[in-house]
Amino acid sequence: MDLRSLYNQVITEKSRSNEHRHPVDDCTCSLEGVNPSCGDDITLQLRVKDGVIEDVGFMGAGCAISQASTALMIDILKGKTVAEAKELIDVFFGMIKGEIGEDDERLELLEDAAALKGIAHTPARVKCAVLAWHTMEEALDK
Amino acid sequence: MLDVRKDFPILQVPEAGKRLIYLDTAATAQRPNRVIEAICEYYKSDNANPHRGVYELGARATERTDSARHTVAQFVGADDEEIVFTQNTTESVNLVAYTWGMANINAGDDICVYVAEHHSNMVPWQRVAKRTGARVVYMYPDENGVLTEEEMRRKISRRTKIVCCAMVSNVLGIKIDEKALIERAHSVGAKVLLDCAQSIPHFRHDFHAIGCDFAVFSGHKLYGPMGIGVLYGRKALLDAMEPFLSGGDMIGIVTEDGATWAETPRKFEAGTRNVEGEVGLEAAIKYLDSLGWENIEAHERELVNYCLAGMKKLPHIEIYGNAPERYGVISFNVEDVHPHDVASILDADGVCVRAGHHCAEPLMRRLGIGRCSRASFGIYNTKEDVDVFLNSLGKIREFMGYGS
Repeated sequence: MDLRSLYNQVITEKSRSNEHRHPVDDCTCSLEGVNPSCGDDITLQLRVKDGVIEDVGFMGAGCAISQASTALMIDILKGKTVAEAKELIDVFFGMIKGEIGEDDERLELLEDAAALKGIAHTPARVKCAVLAWHTMEEALDK
Repeated sequence: MLDVRKDFPILQVPEAGKRLIYLDTAATAQRPNRVIEAICEYYKSDNANPHRGVYELGARATERTDSARHTVAQFVGADDEEIVFTQNTTESVNLVAYTWGMANINAGDDICVYVAEHHSNMVPWQRVAKRTGARVVYMYPDENGVLTEEEMRRKISRRTKIVCCAMVSNVLGIKIDEKALIERAHSVGAKVLLDCAQSIPHFRHDFHAIGCDFAVFSGHKLYGPMGIGVLYGRKALLDAMEPFLSGGDMIGIVTEDGATWAETPRKFEAGTRNVEGEVGLEAAIKYLDSLGWENIEAHERELVNYCLAGMKKLPHIEIYGNAPERYGVISFNVEDVHPHDVASILDADGVCVRAGHHCAEPLMRRLGIGRCSRASFGIYNTKEDVDVFLNSLGKIREFMGYGS
C-alpha cells in the first residue's frame, strides 16, 4: 500500500482543521455518529431552511481519516440543496466502494473530498471515511 | 535468545513485500508447524466422534481427547477432572457466571471485579449482578497501573462472593499479586476466578499451588488453535455446579421425565466437541515445553525491556503502566496522532499492532485516554522486529505533518 495515497496532504491538513468544528446556531438537526469498534465519535449539527443546507458544524474526536472526511464533507455540502447533497453523498459512497473509477468525471463534483479515494484500497479504514457521510445522510432524511 | 521464527510458516511469507513484523500476539498468537501438523494428522488418522464409537477408530479419537486433557492438566498443575474444555476464555467465564454465579450469588452480595478486566471477565458479572440484585464492586489500579494490597483490602469484604481478576492485564501487561489477592479473598470466604488468557503464554502456572478456585484461558493465545478454551475449577466446586449447556454426551441417563449428568468435567461438555482444537492445544503445550519455560521467559523479558528502552528514547510517546513485572505487552500513544492512524502507518512498514480500546473500555476511561496502540510480543519476535517497529514509530508524527 502506498501510504501517501491514504494520508495525502489534503487529509493530514484537513484532519487538524478547526474551521467547521463548532456548534450551529438555530440548528434544525443534531445527530451523533459512532464507530463502536474504533471509537470515532462525531456529532453533526445542521441548519436546513427551505431545502437548503445553510450551515453545518461538527464536534467530536476520531482518527485523521474520520476527522478529515468530516471537514471535507462540510466543505462541499454547505450551501447545497438537500437534493444536491444526497447526490454528492451517493457519488462519495461510489468512490469509496471503488465503483467510480479514478478518471470518472463525477469525482470532480466531490472537489477536495476526492482526496479520500485511496480508501477504496484500504478496507480496514472505510468505516472511518464514511462515518460523517452516513450520519449526514441520516440527518437529511429526518 | 530463542530462535524459533523458522517454526512459524506464516512468518516466512512477506506481507506486501516486507518482512512480517507481528506484534499482536496478545490478540492471537501465530501457530507453529507442530500445531498445524498435529491438527492435520488428527484428521488424517484418528478422526471419529469420541466417547461414542465402539470401533477402534472411535477409541483412538477418545484417546486423543483424553490425552489432550491430561497434557493441559499437567501443564497447569491440576487434576484431569478439573479441566473443562470450552470454546475460549469468554465461554469459560460465562460458564462460571451462569452456573456457580447464579446459584451462589444473591441480592446484597458483592462481585469484586478489577477494572482492568477484559470485557469477557466483566460483562458476564454485570449481567449476573443485574439478575441477582448483587453489586459489582471495582478494584482500581494505582497511578503506576498496579493493583495494590491496600485496594484489595478496601474492596474485598465479607459481602464479597467472588473476586474476578486477570493475572496479567491485556492493556498494561502488569501481573497482579495473586497470592495477596487469594489470601484476602479466602479470608472473607470469597472465591477467586483468575483470567489467565494473557499470562498463560508467558510463564508456567500451577493452579493447585496458586490456590485459585477457578482459572480460565484460551488456546489461541498459547500458540494453539482458535475455538478451544479451558476452564479450571477445583473438583469440589465443579462437582457441586449445575451444567451450563445440556444435550448430547453430557448426560448419565435420560428418561421422559428428565436426566442425570455425566461426571465432572464431562457434564460441562455438551455436544460434539472441538477435538482438533484439543489436539492442537496439546501440541502447542508440548512445543512450548520443548523450548523450555526459562528460555521463553528470558527471551520475552529481554525483548520487552529492549523495546521499552527504545520507546523511552523517542519523544512524544506516552507508555501506560509502570511496574517491573511486565509481560508481553506495551500500550502507548503517539502525541496528537490517533491510534488507528498509528496502526495504519506502522502497517505500511509491515508492522502489525493493535489499536483501539482493547476490549477494556472501563480501564481506558480510568486512564483518561479512550484509545491506545498496543505492541505485544511472542516467542518468535526478535530484536530485529523491535528495531523495525521503533524506526517506523519514530517517523509517525512527521509523516502526519507535525514538526517532530
